[in-house]
Amino acid sequence: MSGAFQFVVTTLPFLWQGLLVTLWVSLAVVLISLVTGGLAGIGLTYGPWWVRLPLRIFSDILRGTPLLVVIFTIYYLLPFAGLNMQPMPSVILALVAFKTAHVGEITRGAIQSIPPGQTDAGKAIGLTFAQRLRWVILPQAVRRFLPPWVNSVTDTVKGSSLVSLVGIVDLMLASQQVIGRTYEPMPVYLLAAVMYFVINYALSATSRRLETRFAYIRE
Amino acid sequence: MTDPLVRITQVKKSFGSTLVLDGVDLDVPKGEVVVVIGPSGSGKTTLLRCINALETYDDGSIKVDGVEIGFRGEPGGPRKRRSDGELARIRADIGMVFQQFNLFPHLTAVENVMLGLTKVRGMPPAQAREKALHWLDRVGLSQKTANLPSQLSGGQQQRVGIARAVAMDPKVLLLDEITSALDPELVGEVLSVVRGLAAEGMTMVVVTHEMTFARDVGTQLVFMDHGHKIAEGPPNEILRRSDNERLRSFLSRIEFRQDG
Amino acid sequence: MNYHINFNFVWKYADKLYWGLVLSIELAFISILIGCVIGLALAVVYNDGHPWLKRVVSAYVEVVRNLPLLLLIYLIFYGIPSIGGFAFDATESFVLTLSLYAGAYLVEVFRAGLAAVSPGVIDAGKAIGLTAWQRFAYVRFPTMLRIVLPSLSNAFISLFKDTSLASVIAVPELTFGANWIKTNTFRAVEVWIVVAGVYLVVGWILLAALRLLERVLMPGRRT
Repeated sequence: MSGAFQFVVTTLPFLWQGLLVTLWVSLAVVLISLVTGGLAGIGLTYGPWWVRLPLRIFSDILRGTPLLVVIFTIYYLLPFAGLNMQPMPSVILALVAFKTAHVGEITRGAIQSIPPGQTDAGKAIGLTFAQRLRWVILPQAVRRFLPPWVNSVTDTVKGSSLVSLVGIVDLMLASQQVIGRTYEPMPVYLLAAVMYFVINYALSATSRRLETRFAYIRE
Repeated sequence: MTDPLVRITQVKKSFGSTLVLDGVDLDVPKGEVVVVIGPSGSGKTTLLRCINALETYDDGSIKVDGVEIGFRGEPGGPRKRRSDGELARIRADIGMVFQQFNLFPHLTAVENVMLGLTKVRGMPPAQAREKALHWLDRVGLSQKTANLPSQLSGGQQQRVGIARAVAMDPKVLLLDEITSALDPELVGEVLSVVRGLAAEGMTMVVVTHEMTFARDVGTQLVFMDHGHKIAEGPPNEILRRSDNERLRSFLSRIEFRQDG
Repeated sequence: MNYHINFNFVWKYADKLYWGLVLSIELAFISILIGCVIGLALAVVYNDGHPWLKRVVSAYVEVVRNLPLLLLIYLIFYGIPSIGGFAFDATESFVLTLSLYAGAYLVEVFRAGLAAVSPGVIDAGKAIGLTAWQRFAYVRFPTMLRIVLPSLSNAFISLFKDTSLASVIAVPELTFGANWIKTNTFRAVEVWIVVAGVYLVVGWILLAALRLLERVLMPGRRT
């Protein structure tokens, strides 16, 4: 019993460092992709064909390719765009691109769930496109947007474990490194599992709460 | 003789290969209530939506207070689509009430009325609220101002819809079958609000199936079918007239439905 | 830059990618089969079982859905043998992982499917004298199948993409093949572009084929 306690005490600081990296990467990706994905979704819904077409292609390609392959492709492709990036920015770029596609589709779905009469009514009182979006469409779309978006946040946290495969010491790679020294895979993996579980379970619980919180808008 | 407030000349519109408006002319003088009747698919709702640029028209001209609605430039010359901002300014002066109410479900009754006043007219919120409350009172909803649309009956929602449109002080008010989605017992409360507006001289274009209402409120009645204007004149004259086969068959069906 | 894009190196080892792709599809296929068995069984348990059985099912679903697949792969491949569990080879271990993973997601799909079968239809089954088992086999199951088929197709495509993670424990599937070519030719960009294209195109073809299959299996349905 005290052996197990000792084990946790010695390994925890390493895992904690890794956990912080996991959280930072996830947070950066979630925040950036919220903006880029939101814009992509608006473009996919309202854009002229020359905006919609490239966005559609971008979205279908990224959603149709495994995240791991997206990460490697972007990692090796960037130097050709004249960008010699460190693994960290490169992998964040890959995760953001991947998430932008997903958040874009969530946004598009949420906007399209608003009945067209809302746009008519907004136009009829003289609101411009930007005003309709800001005061009529988006406040209603939020209800449809949030639950799948929070789910996609859990996906981001889980997907961030793939950064370990390009050598970034996140929770996943920190666990591997601790195992490399202790030769005790099971307890370390279980500790990491608990950490991932707590974060994601809290997020899914939030998602369920949000669903009830925004139920009032239902007509 | 001054120009009519709304002047529609030879407007044509098709959805794909279906011609829904086939050269319609219509004048709406200031202060008059023009009621458009006709079977479904006759193009009357499309005509109404064109006046507010919710639909584009392919040919002809619609002018409200001398301003061409759908395009910049005169018909015949090069026509350019109006920009988002221009359309918004034009629409701000044209009120519209919808069949399905289309209230903003995330805003309370008073906020529904205030939105256009603050965002489009640039009124300070306090002043906008005062004006919104005034209009909600006028439509008999002073007790329901803080309610969300989902907490209101259909008739109440539609009265908020009317208040939202009228509070903008529009030059003309477009009413698109505003009682069609209501339970019969709620129709009266909505129509009495419209009667009041008509009595005060609000210029209106009304699409409706309520013949009694059309006769009472309309200064002019227009019968449309298959994208054409078939007959036009004072309500009593039109409703009694039976020289037109299509009008007669339409009226007989309407009367029949009212009896049943 | 002196590097010139040259895809010839990739074509030279195309058979690696081909056999990798075949294995990827096989892995996804076996996993969804086992996953369906797990998912359906647990969905029935969840709907009709004792409350404590329900809790066990929810716990399984929550745990699996809230952990990264990568962690599950490591946990089962390295973790279980280390505490004296069975030692599987990498492929078996991965299939086990992906099946458990698929099962957790499919419980929800089947549960929704079972819930959508209207009680009236089941009453009708009772009325014509079917036993409980017959009602499940002839009434509930077929009705549910129509509802869940599109979700199963989506899940299969999703699993096909997830098989790329098998490369981390050296299962010789498509991504592993790509890594091998990269290591042996140093033609990283070319390989990854080609492999991304393969996942994309094969994924689309598989999905189109599955949608066709859905229409054959449930001709009555319009969508």
